[in-house]
Amino acid sequence: MKEFRDRKVIAGLLRTIGRQASQAGPPVRLMEVCGTHTMAIHRYGLHALLHEAGVEMTSGPGCPVCITPDAHHRAAIGLVTRRENLILATFGDITRVPTRDGSLQTAIPAPRSRVRVVYSAQDALETARENPDRDVVFFGAGFETTIPSIALAVKQAAEEAVENFSLLSALWLIPPPLRALLESEEVRIQGFLYPGHVSAVIGCRPYEFVAEEFGLPGAVAGFEPADILLAASAVLNQMIRRSPAVENTYKRVVRTDGNPRALILMDEVLETTDAVWRGLGLIPRSGLKLRSRFSAFDALKKYGLNIAPAADELPGCRCGEVLRGVIKPTDCGLFGGACRPESPRGPCMVSPEGACLVYYRFAKS
Amino acid sequence: MISRRSPKPSPKKNPPRLSLGPSPADSPGRVSLELGGGGLLMREFLKKHILPSFRSPLLKDLPDAAHVRRETALTTDGYVVDPIFFPGGDIGMLCVNGSVNDLVVSGAVPEFLSVSMILEEGLPEEDLKKILISISRASSRAGVQVVTGDTKVVHRGQADKLYIVTSGVGRVVARADPRRIRPGDAVIVTGTLGEHSLAVLLARGDFSLKSSVKSDCAPLVFLLPLWRQGVLWMRDITRGGLATNLHELTETLPYSVVIEEERIPLSRPVRGACELLGIDPLYLACEGRAILIVSRSRAAAVLNSLRRHPLGRRAAVVGRVEKTRGRPGELLLATLAGGLRKLEPLTSELLPRIC
Amino acid sequence: MCLGIPAKIISLDENGQGEVDYLGTRVRTNLSFIENARPGDWVILHAGFAISRLNEDEAQETLALLRELAESQDS
Repeated sequence: MKEFRDRKVIAGLLRTIGRQASQAGPPVRLMEVCGTHTMAIHRYGLHALLHEAGVEMTSGPGCPVCITPDAHHRAAIGLVTRRENLILATFGDITRVPTRDGSLQTAIPAPRSRVRVVYSAQDALETARENPDRDVVFFGAGFETTIPSIALAVKQAAEEAVENFSLLSALWLIPPPLRALLESEEVRIQGFLYPGHVSAVIGCRPYEFVAEEFGLPGAVAGFEPADILLAASAVLNQMIRRSPAVENTYKRVVRTDGNPRALILMDEVLETTDAVWRGLGLIPRSGLKLRSRFSAFDALKKYGLNIAPAADELPGCRCGEVLRGVIKPTDCGLFGGACRPESPRGPCMVSPEGACLVYYRFAKS
Repeated sequence: MISRRSPKPSPKKNPPRLSLGPSPADSPGRVSLELGGGGLLMREFLKKHILPSFRSPLLKDLPDAAHVRRETALTTDGYVVDPIFFPGGDIGMLCVNGSVNDLVVSGAVPEFLSVSMILEEGLPEEDLKKILISISRASSRAGVQVVTGDTKVVHRGQADKLYIVTSGVGRVVARADPRRIRPGDAVIVTGTLGEHSLAVLLARGDFSLKSSVKSDCAPLVFLLPLWRQGVLWMRDITRGGLATNLHELTETLPYSVVIEEERIPLSRPVRGACELLGIDPLYLACEGRAILIVSRSRAAAVLNSLRRHPLGRRAAVVGRVEKTRGRPGELLLATLAGGLRKLEPLTSELLPRIC
Repeated sequence: MCLGIPAKIISLDENGQGEVDYLGTRVRTNLSFIENARPGDWVILHAGFAISRLNEDEAQETLALLRELAESQDS
């Protein structure tokens, strides 16, 4: 699989892209929806190479840590600081998101409580099995890639009656915010790279509205440098031929219909709900919540929590506009000054996939 | 573990909007775990609080070891690794090699060590014995004598099993000379990166990963002769990894340093675990690897000597000092894909206590 | 957060719980989302779960395309 990172291959693809972009009319503005793509694009220095070829990449709202509103993070902090005998299990990057109440890292847990970083939802459930005398709350944030695993953990907890386990969910769907972005007309994007691992679960069809209703091209992309460039080239090709579509350039992983087993399980455990995204606001049917028969495992109900997302950001923070692709991280007045990785003002400077942190860390010389 | 049970400060009347920005090092009365992470936060803390408290000119560059007399170097370090036994080593071996290596990269032959132990009530005697044996073996391997020490026991819960502090005294044989570094000089790393960090991380069992990776913990005394073969600067690659440790030098140079991603020696299990966990190996700590800056004409010879030693078999020239690419003081990575990006020092890490 | 790694199935039990290998690192993995999973199959691993089976034919096709690209640009 070395070819996917091979210099010659990359150079060849970039030349093709350069020709296509000049035909399509540079600069061509594409959005990579997914934070993992943002990271890969900068990690391999593709941002600058694409720029030279006439393609400007804009980051989209595809970082679950970044778009989860303050209120969720504060609910998690509240649980571990106020309740004794509780383990708050979560993914590592979430623990550093700054809020008015500090972060999970700076929070001082109540007696016999702690924050535990886990690799998977399964690890969180295992923690609950191993600690029957303590409550274990899994603060699970994620998109369709991660959601099936979280749904399965809840289902298993229900089957085994692991009563000390519950889920504080921050589960988001990728297609609805794309519609919201396109309807806002705020963003001047000419095409999309769709997140390949989200499509491994949901397939390609959920994006068809982008081509059919908005006339914009797009391609489902893998994550190796050559994958990303192949997808960009496919989008440019659609632009030139004026035949917008959802092209699958990650066929080794993505099937048109996604992963039916995972989709069935998601539907069994979860149902869609209107949800508030940081920076994007309320988006109809863009989130998932536990179905009522799993409500015993819903941390909100179990602990009587109420999440009311309101004005979210810390003063001056423009993460919202970054997440909508309206501005680049470097356009924010706090970037690199008051807001730095060691003193973040917003979530986009926290997550390894947050556009601000990626821009900061992988700044081109 | 730093106590996390101190009483909360009383809530402020105004929402603490502006106080959220500054680093935790500034927040009154509270030390956060991040402060000890070896990243920027820690450097800021050292500059703001440690340096002004102690005015010794010897401390000002925060050396790994201070040359306290013309012929004597002194170093000290605390060890709080969790777990205390990990694949490839334990806290006993670590506390000897840590101080030994700080002396070696400061141009001193390690001679004497002090060992202070803080034990948690209830620590199995068996564990303590194993660690003492390990201290004894590691010190004979490195050629140092343990000449003084101390033992304290605290109540259960006031420490986590066992902490060790070692100090080392060495005989100065060389002095780094970064002012003589010129474009074309080679950046050499003495072996594969990241094994120690990952071995400790996986040994904690928080992640459902199994790997053959073992700590690289080892004494670097074999590097001492290289001081006479054109080595201009040396640093052991501890917290913050290759990127952070090399950055500390680079930012003082009137040149840039460019390292080539494809030349960085990584073992297969480290590459695997890093990709699985989404960790960049350039920021992982080692306990038996060093970075050397070697003048251009001597680089090949140094590399050859290194590779003849069992601990230097995977040594490699990973980059060069440059004046054409990048701006002075920058550390750059030429990526596999042909791009070029700036490497910043580690800001803070989520990894647990690894040393 | 949407990292996915191609890994090879080493073992699995009747509940779909198994172990996969990536460059010598073994990961406990839930394989219940993969139909007819067998040891030796390649899957995409994400946070302890296999979310998709790797299609070798498609992988070869993409590789061939990439090789062609690299060579055609050489000349």
